[in-house]
Amino acid sequence: MSGITERIRTFRQAAGDRWRAAPRWVRWAVLAAVIVFFYALPNKEFYQYLGPIPTTESNFGQVLFTVSIYVLLAVGLNVVVGFAGLLDLGYFGFFAVGAYTVAVLTSPSSDIKTLWPWLAVVPIAIALTTVSGVALGTPTLRLRGDYLAIVTLGFAEMIRIAATSSSFLKGQRGFNQIPHPPGHYADGRPIFGVLDPRPYYWLVLTLILLVVFGVRNLTHSRVGRAWVSIREDEDAAQLMGVPTFKFKLWAFAIGAAIGGLAGALYAGKQNFVNSQNFELLNSIIILAAVILGGSGNIVGAIVGGGLVAYLIERFRGIEVFGVELYEFRFLAFGVILIIMMIFRPQGLIPSRRRAAELKDRRKEVIVGG
Amino acid sequence: MLLELENVSLHYGRIQALHGISLTVDQGEIVALIGANGAGKTTTMRAISGIRPISAGRIRFDGEDISRLRADLRVRRGLCQAPEGRGIFPGMTVMENLEMGAYTRQDRAEVARDLDRVLELFPRLAERRKQPGGTLSGGEQQMLAVGRALMSRPKLLLLDEPSMGLAPMLIQQIFSIITEINSRGTTILLVEQNAQQALARAHRAYVLETGRIVKSGTGAELLHDPAVKEAYLGVA
Repeated sequence: MSGITERIRTFRQAAGDRWRAAPRWVRWAVLAAVIVFFYALPNKEFYQYLGPIPTTESNFGQVLFTVSIYVLLAVGLNVVVGFAGLLDLGYFGFFAVGAYTVAVLTSPSSDIKTLWPWLAVVPIAIALTTVSGVALGTPTLRLRGDYLAIVTLGFAEMIRIAATSSSFLKGQRGFNQIPHPPGHYADGRPIFGVLDPRPYYWLVLTLILLVVFGVRNLTHSRVGRAWVSIREDEDAAQLMGVPTFKFKLWAFAIGAAIGGLAGALYAGKQNFVNSQNFELLNSIIILAAVILGGSGNIVGAIVGGGLVAYLIERFRGIEVFGVELYEFRFLAFGVILIIMMIFRPQGLIPSRRRAAELKDRRKEVIVGG
Repeated sequence: MLLELENVSLHYGRIQALHGISLTVDQGEIVALIGANGAGKTTTMRAISGIRPISAGRIRFDGEDISRLRADLRVRRGLCQAPEGRGIFPGMTVMENLEMGAYTRQDRAEVARDLDRVLELFPRLAERRKQPGGTLSGGEQQMLAVGRALMSRPKLLLLDEPSMGLAPMLIQQIFSIITEINSRGTTILLVEQNAQQALARAHRAYVLETGRIVKSGTGAELLHDPAVKEAYLGVA
């Protein structure tokens, strides 16, 4: 057992070292290939050669869209949890705020009947989620650790309950006929229709690339350095002159904005939003995805979000001894999480810094008895 | 007068940790604050650096009332603390830790010069500049904490238990370095359990007991004070 894990470790280390040592153009080429792969992925002409990767019982393009939304959410939550080290248990609440903003302002079933186009509402949705993030963060980010987790948990539940019981938000009946994103093919058919999920996937994929680019630049700036210092030791960060509250609020607001964007995209695709879309479980799944992938590392968050969302779908339609595996997806998910936390608490692809922090913390536990 | 505490009280919830502390630190001095475990030494430091809000009294620094000023703004005013024990950033390398010390500074050229100076003061840190802070030994971490605080080029350097958990030889070394830093012009307020060393190095000192200052004087005076001897120096 230890022989195998040891071998895997050395292999991973070698792969990592080789990647870092590779010339710049090689890395760019690999990155470009990966991006092209994911753009090509939803096309049948391409994925039919990929063996067991495409899902059998559900539309693969639709699955990829769901996966891409989760990836976007994981990237957003990673800013909050991974970079600034703030435990947010209610991240899906921001997704809900984004989706509902779009629904209320565009749907004909909305009470206010503004019927604005989707594209015009997206910036409003992002702005509103950012504001809700700041509103939630301002009183709570002065507190530390556990309090924040509880408050965020409460926030997500509040949104869900408001959605369920307020007549303005339509509860289970929900909002229908939410408009799709704009755009037509040359022959006049809309690009973003009901039948073909691929354009939505491509749209989200493109936005993920933009968001990742932006977030990456942030982490390499003074802001990123401040986040790391807060995560590692908030008191020490303050003692070095870092305005910790301000930067925590920044992380929270940026995370919220990305969550809102994901919600707006989701509403534009589904064309229907009701209160059942926002169970607490979703917040937990995304948090688990970030931790599983390697919190603090953008690539880790992408892999985690993608893997979790994909695997949950992949269980569909597989029967073992007459039992539908999909029924047990969360059980399997839980088991995987436990195993991961025992053998690889830093996640699949951790940031090297984060791994060092974890090691340090473990030492502290032993020293402190 | 660089720093002045006037009747400063501080509460943790309902528990009062500091009962009206008054002390002063003059430009160029090393002032020590000694006392037993739980006397309120670290709490006093936290009050001064602004990590914990005070509940009564006044803190003046460099002619300005900073009693209600946020901690990060106090750093910008020239007040920097090397926190107790493991207050370094474990995942950052030694160099990154030192750079964090200069977080509030814009003068890059001067920062680079200070970095050289710190590395010269602590050759061990220079050897380990690429190593994550969390992998350093206790003594090295302590040096890193002091070096990092120096990087902010403080007018007043607050040192919280710089000798904690160090081997006797390292304690000697760190106190020599403190004296050296002071002789180069940085004023130092020092909290120590190691009263012997602290009193020997300090110009003046205060004795803290259960959140109150019970005695003060020059380092030499207190070193020979019978009560202090008995309570803190382990000699009857």
